[in-house]
This record gives sequence, structure tokens and C-alpha cells, in this order.
Amino acid sequence: MKSAIVGCSLALCVFSAPALAQDTMKVGFIDPLSGGNAAVGEISLNTFRFVADELNAAGGVNGQKLEIVPFDNKGIPQETLVQAQKAADQGIRVFTQGSGSGVADALNEWLRKYNDRNPGKEILYLNYGAVDPALTNAKCNFWHFRWDIGSDIRMEALSSFIKNRPEVKKVYLINQDYSFGQSVQHFAREMLKEKRPDIEIVGDELHPLVKVTDFSPYIAKIKASGADTVITGNWGPDFALLLKAAADAGLDVNWYTYYAGAVGGPTAVRQTGLADHVFEIFEGVVNSAPPAAQKFETDFRAKLGVGLFYPRSVNELRMFAAAANAVKSNDDIKAIAYKLEGMSFATLDGGEGYIRKDDHQFIQDLFISSLGPLGANDKFDEEHTGWGWKQIAKVDKEETLVPTTCKMQRP
Amino acid sequence: MSQLVIFSLLNGVLYGMLLFMLASGLTLIFSMMGVLNFAHASFYMLGAYFGFEISRRLGFWPGVVIAPLLVGAVGAVVERYGLRRVHRYGHVSELLFTFGLAFVIEQLIEMFWGKTPADYRVPQSLDFVAFRMFGTDYPAYKMFVLLTAAGMFVFLIAILRRTRVGLIIRAALTHPNMVAMLGHNVPRVFMLVFGVGCALAGLAGAIAGPALVTQPSMAADLGPILFVVVIVGGMGSLAGAFIASLLVGIIQTFAVAINLSLSQVFGSTAPPLLGDLWAVTVAQLAPIIPYVLLILVLIFRPTGLMGTRES
Repeated sequence: MKSAIVGCSLALCVFSAPALAQDTMKVGFIDPLSGGNAAVGEISLNTFRFVADELNAAGGVNGQKLEIVPFDNKGIPQETLVQAQKAADQGIRVFTQGSGSGVADALNEWLRKYNDRNPGKEILYLNYGAVDPALTNAKCNFWHFRWDIGSDIRMEALSSFIKNRPEVKKVYLINQDYSFGQSVQHFAREMLKEKRPDIEIVGDELHPLVKVTDFSPYIAKIKASGADTVITGNWGPDFALLLKAAADAGLDVNWYTYYAGAVGGPTAVRQTGLADHVFEIFEGVVNSAPPAAQKFETDFRAKLGVGLFYPRSVNELRMFAAAANAVKSNDDIKAIAYKLEGMSFATLDGGEGYIRKDDHQFIQDLFISSLGPLGANDKFDEEHTGWGWKQIAKVDKEETLVPTTCKMQRP
Repeated sequence: MSQLVIFSLLNGVLYGMLLFMLASGLTLIFSMMGVLNFAHASFYMLGAYFGFEISRRLGFWPGVVIAPLLVGAVGAVVERYGLRRVHRYGHVSELLFTFGLAFVIEQLIEMFWGKTPADYRVPQSLDFVAFRMFGTDYPAYKMFVLLTAAGMFVFLIAILRRTRVGLIIRAALTHPNMVAMLGHNVPRVFMLVFGVGCALAGLAGAIAGPALVTQPSMAADLGPILFVVVIVGGMGSLAGAFIASLLVGIIQTFAVAINLSLSQVFGSTAPPLLGDLWAVTVAQLAPIIPYVLLILVLIFRPTGLMGTRES
């Protein structure tokens, strides 16, 4: 009897699945939902679902509802390809991914082959977080679009800011040992040398990705080097643990970061007690954002209980929906991709951004902010620490342009 | 320089002591029951989460006491109703059983506490700077971890060497059949050892949770290195586990501090095919050094540093 019921429900699943598929426009979300970076993956999945709900409430995409379908790649490139194939087999034609450039490289390569072999069934890759410059340079691909800020662009903006900070004299670089961390290292060295040749790089460290549980040995090394500034691209637990160890040892330096605001980051910064010593380069500053963005943030926090860390996901999904609506089709992926190329769009945090046609990188104004006790008019703190982001500088989008070597092959 | 050496030493000893708290239980279980307990690090994680949950309700100190007892009880139940049944079907089944158990525990923890790191904090009473040297602070909590681990080592040695229970355990390690013939309840000894081993891991978790990070992947992060410690130290040897833990801890932290690469020793031009390898620093190799040690020990001294038997 029991098995009969199970059998029935299985059969139901099989028969009802294709019917569902026609009702929604599916976006495959391929990111870690277990393992060391699960926390990061879970929050970005919730972010996408929140934005999808917002778009669906406004009528969806060409009348269809957007549905975010999660695929757990455990943060591993091989597993990503398995999940990508699974998603493709389910007929999903739009992927989004963001955690880890190693994964992004693998997915990008897989996609290139898949799209070559399956003309008319191409898959679009919306990248909200993998910032390896290779993706918009040597390995650029017509079907790949990136809304996050490329590692080279971030460092261009950050080094322009450091140029006018004479107190920066001795810099220590510490990064995760994979393509992204190495790119931060590479561009920091190159761009600082060009803009501030007097700065001495007193340490240059690569540590294993999401493997280190205690950063005390690294902090001892930073301390011994006499650095006054640390530049790091670390994200997730690698950032939180780095700061935790720094707090334990009482290390007093300025931190220039890519991802201090990500999960666990603000909590760790608060523990160090280093008010206004931790800087982040980001596409917005919520406490000085336009009213629409603050309204979005308020709703987002009310529903999910955390601050928005992925304005880029909001820009990505909204812009994709706008492009699909403009070409009046959810199935003509090629037309959507052509529409996205060069398309301008009002970003969540104010100002116009656009997709650069040459390499499919989203270009927008960037901001440098620091974390510290909330000012009188600041509404938003991070992770219930009582500390929030303050805008320190704005970098106009024209100043963030870095040349690309991409030779885009269009179908 | 001396600053770096002293702090690397302190950090290395701390990490080593933490490893020892786990490895001591694992090596006892391993040598007595012949079971490589793949779930051992999961009991450590369980200890951290129990400690976190209890500290939220009753405070930190009750957590440190109750959490290990709970974990020990869970361990004893697992042995009594799980491992003992599986035992009949041989070691491979036992291995698979503990392997599966590790996954089950991880999933359960994710279901109850979520995937994000738990906010397990150092208690107020220990949240101060123990001492300051060369302008670097050393937190009191780390001293507390060190002292607890050292105390545990002394306690274990005393029980094994000086008490009747210890006598039976040591006898059961080498001659289980003879001990049973003498009228001792060997299965109960096994259950006790398994439970105590798990409780020790739980204690390690409960006090390491605030110092490191309490998250569902903490078991998987620490698990593999434990086997290195047990094998390098020699199976069943508490002293061996102690030495190997410190060795692995200190080697790993010192390796991080060394920036030397082949190119610095032999000049910057790399021979063909060795381009990338040439620039890799010792610091980057730090995480794999313990595994290299494992391989070397298995080749040249299969009994481990202090072990007496192979298998």
C-alpha cells in the first residue's frame, strides 16, 4: 500500500513537471548551498528570490513568472559541470552564478562548448559575482554577462583612491590562492607601482581558499612586517576569520577590502573595534543611497533579516527582465543577449550603468565607504552591530574603465 | 624576527593542543576497536553546537560542562546500538557506518542551526588580553584553551596509568580476548571508551568553537588532519598522539611564516616545465606539509613515531 502511494506520487511528479515548466521562466542558480561557502550561497539565493518576487508582482517577464531554481555545486568546479548539465537537461536556458572564479571559468568553458553544439538552444550566463578579469578578457564569451565589478576595475578605482592617501606607506597583500585572489594581487602590485611608486609592498601572501580556520600565524606575519595598510580580496569565512584573528592580536592597520560587507564581515570588523579603518569598494552606499534604494533595502531587511549585499543581483535580474520584455520573448535567448549588449539601465543605487559591448562588463559608478558607528542621519547598520557604511569617495564610471583584450565572437 | 618566532610557536602549540584533544580520543578508539572513526570530527562539531546552544540559554560555563557530557552520551548510544551491531560484519562495514554518520550529523546540524556560522562568543569573563608582547596581544581565551588541553592530557595519562579502569583499557587494547576470559565486560569497556573519546572531542569543540568558527563545515575541515596525527603518532599511543599533534601544529604555523621559494634559493630563472613551482613559497605549501609527513611516515616508519604495532 505504502509503495503504491509512493509510486503514485512519483508518477505525479513526472507528469506534472513539464506542465510547470511552461508556466514559469526558469533561471538556474548554480552556487554552493553546502560546504564552507554555503552561507554565502544561501543569502544570494534568497536575494534572487526576493528580486524575482518583486518582478513577478509587477507582472513577470512577458507574462510569465520568474522562478529561481537552485542547483548546489558545493563550490567545486567539477560538481558545477554536473549541475549545469542537469539544469540544461531540464530545459533551463538562463544560468546565474557568482561564488568563485574557479567555478566561473569552468562553467564559462562548458557553456562555450554547449552553445556551439546546440545552436538554437543556447544558454545565457548571468554572472553576479565571479570577478576574475579573464572572463571579460582572454576568456570572454558572447553568452556571458557580468554585473559584478571586475577585479581589475575595482583595483583601478581603489588605487586611484589610495593615490590621495599619503598615510599609506607600507602595504601588505593577503589573498586567497585561486584565480580571483591572484588577480587582486597582480593588479594591486601593478597599479600601486604606477600610481604611488613610493609605496613599499612589505608582504604578499596567498593562502588556501576556505581552508584556514585560524589566521593567527598570518596576522603575526603582518604585524612583524610593520605594514600600515592591508589590501585583501578575501570574502566569506576567509575575511571574517582574518579579521577575527587580527582583533585577537590587536593589529592596528587600515584595511582596504573588496568584500568586507559580505556575510560575517561586518560582525568581524565590529569585533576588531577598528572604526573607520575598514574600507570597501562597492557599487553603492546604502546610507547615502537614493530613496528608492533605501525603500528596497528596508523591505529586503524586513523580509530576510540581513542587509542587501548583492545590489548587482538586483541590477542583473531587473535588467535581464527588461531585455526580455523589450524583445518580447523568453525563448529567443540570442535576441535577449543582443539586446543586453550596450544596453543602458538605471542602477539600484542611482545613476546610469551600461553593459560594455566589447566585453559584456556592466559599467557603473563605484563608491568607497568605511564601516563605523552610525552617523545621526544614517538608517542602516550591518548585521545588528550598530555600525554602518559611510561614503568616503565616489569614483565616476568613466574613471573605472580598464581596457579589455576581448575579441568578442558573435553568433 | 623573535616576535614572529614566539608568536608562531604560541599559535602552533595552541593549534597542536586542539588537535591533540581530538586525536587522543580517536587514537584510543582506533587502537581498541580497530575502527577508524570517520565521524570523530563530527562529534567535535556537535560539541561546538551543543556548547553554543547551552551558552545561549544558561551561559558559557554550563555549556563547557554539559556539552561534552551530552556528546559523550550520544557517542555511547551510537556505539551500543549502531557500531556494535555493525561490528559483526567486519571493519569495512564499521568504516562505512562512521562515514555515513559523519554526513548525517552534518546534515542534522544544518537543519537545526542553519548553514551560516553560529555566533558562539568568548565569555565576558575571559574576554581580555592575557599579555602583550612586541605590541601584539595574546587573548586570555587562547590561554584557557591551552590550559584545558594540557589539563586533559594529564588527566588522561593519570587514568590510563594509575587506575584500575586504565589497566583494563590498556589490557583490552592488546589482548581483548584474554580480558574477556578474565570476566570483564569487554563490550562495555568499548562503549565507555567510545563515549569518553567522543566526550573529549565534544569538549574540544565546546571550547574551540568561540576561538575558531562554529559552522557546519568545521568537521570536514579538521577531519583529514586528525588521521595524519593518529598515524604519525602511532596508533593507540597517547604520547605519540601528543607529540604528533604538537609537531603538526608547529610545522604548519612555522611553514606559514616562511616566505622562501625555490627561486630565492637557486636564482630566479626556472628550469623548463617548473615555471610555476619555482615561485611557490613554503607558506603556500603549508596546508599540504602534514600530508607529506603522513606519506613519509607510512613509508619509513609504518608503526608511527611511538606506535608498537602495524595494521
